Amino acid sequence: MKGLTGFQPVEMDSSNKNTENTRSRRYVISKRLDRIFLELGHVFAFIARFFKEVWFPPYEIKEVINQCYEIGVRSLPLISLTGFIIGIVFTNQSRPSLADFGATALLPALISVAIVRAMGPLVTALIAAGRVASGIGAELGSMRVTEQIDAMEVSATNPFKFLVVSRVLASTLMIPALTMYTTLVSLLGGYLNVHQNEQTTLITFFYQVFEAITFLDIAASSVKSVIFGFTIGMVGCYKGYNSSKGTEGVGKAANSSVVTAMFLIFIEELLIMQVINALRVF
Amino acid sequence: MKEINPKIDRTKKVIEITGLKKAFDDFEVLKGVDLELYKGENLVVLGRSGTGKSVLIKIISGLLKPDEGRVNVLGEEVDRLSPKELDALRLKIGFSFQNSALYDSMTVKENLEFPLIRHSKELTEKDRDRIIRFVLEAVGLSQAMNQMPSELSGGQRKRIGIARTLILKPEIMLYDEPTAGLDPITSIEINKLINEVQRRFNTSSIIITHDLTCAKAVGDRVVMLLDGQFQRQGTFEEVFDTDDERVKAFHNYNFIE
Repeated sequence: MKGLTGFQPVEMDSSNKNTENTRSRRYVISKRLDRIFLELGHVFAFIARFFKEVWFPPYEIKEVINQCYEIGVRSLPLISLTGFIIGIVFTNQSRPSLADFGATALLPALISVAIVRAMGPLVTALIAAGRVASGIGAELGSMRVTEQIDAMEVSATNPFKFLVVSRVLASTLMIPALTMYTTLVSLLGGYLNVHQNEQTTLITFFYQVFEAITFLDIAASSVKSVIFGFTIGMVGCYKGYNSSKGTEGVGKAANSSVVTAMFLIFIEELLIMQVINALRVF
Repeated sequence: MKEINPKIDRTKKVIEITGLKKAFDDFEVLKGVDLELYKGENLVVLGRSGTGKSVLIKIISGLLKPDEGRVNVLGEEVDRLSPKELDALRLKIGFSFQNSALYDSMTVKENLEFPLIRHSKELTEKDRDRIIRFVLEAVGLSQAMNQMPSELSGGQRKRIGIARTLILKPEIMLYDEPTAGLDPITSIEINKLINEVQRRFNTSSIIITHDLTCAKAVGDRVVMLLDGQFQRQGTFEEVFDTDDERVKAFHNYNFIE
């Protein structure tokens, strides 16, 4: 079959080794490019199917609520601990630099800007990528290889709607909520450290925190976390739903869900940051 | 040896397949298969692993698309149906998977309730409970209602898998290796259950297997898939009454096992 890139294996003159090598290299590259483009095509078709199916009944509301509980509530202990520690550590590590200029009074503002703008959404998304994306990838992967997804399909139930739409929706809804929670817990961690060293009161601390941030910061953070949530759900579902090759495939699905989700989160963070910076100019 | 079901209606074909071909990459699995299943009949498809037996029933249920040929199920051309029409047809087909394919995050009751909630919306919770009890009793596992699939044995999982397909009262049952991985006594129980389902629910069935004991016990008619085509068909004795070395080897190895 002719590949997307148009290359085909060609009968080669065995006397011309260099030409042969170049051609076979070209063939291998063209095959790889084919695979990349086909995979990209599958990814876009998968995302398009989500946007097509999310609007129409039947709505699997019970499953969405179940998944919100799994993704949101069950992530709370890990998120709480991580957010709190990050708040303390970040404050502690920032103090010496500000102390050199006698500017420790600016600590609440610095913490606020760093946590609200970047660390809150990013840390939450990375933790969720590790916990949620791998969980979804492994669960759907295992359902695929044990034919549970086929069983749903032959019983005239749309497995995409029940499994994928519900999980992506839950992830898109819960990650912003978790981000707000992480931001608050991190700020509390930061406050404890500031209070211990500078004896700042809670009211003063939060007054300075809110003075340092703008509506754009909060809006950008919310939009970012919605995009991160969608990415985490979508990557986990795509990898799991399309897994194959038995139990080995389940492991691969879980693993590549985490790696891909984290990679995409960093790329998105970078792109969104550029857009927000451009908006800040206006 | 099973007595042929007297209720088989030889004038009514529920499945009719002609010239079915299916290949995966360069490997041609089915090379022009013709098959009929009559109303009320248990048809056993025998063949070695990897000969395309499961592919055949996956095409019948619309899980795979054929490359060539006609697949007519209950008067509908499966590969030409819209997703909605295919779903309507699937409600009349029960598919029992090789590994049962029970939803392992749900209890037995939730597994059975899953298709009912979606396709019999008019039923109250009480009605659903009654139907679940009825099918569990039919497969002899009334006590397993609140157990998780992981707590069940292989044979029990098969039974629950069959119960889940029966709950929507299918006209056609497709069994994929119903006795694979089971001990001989449990296999006999599953064979009895397949015959019981045929009698009690008046279903027409295709049973995919390489287990000759199962084929003998449940088949009204047996067909043998060799090299991507049906080479032999008839009663169990007729199929194996041949000089074809491939068929004889299949028979002999099966009984050595």
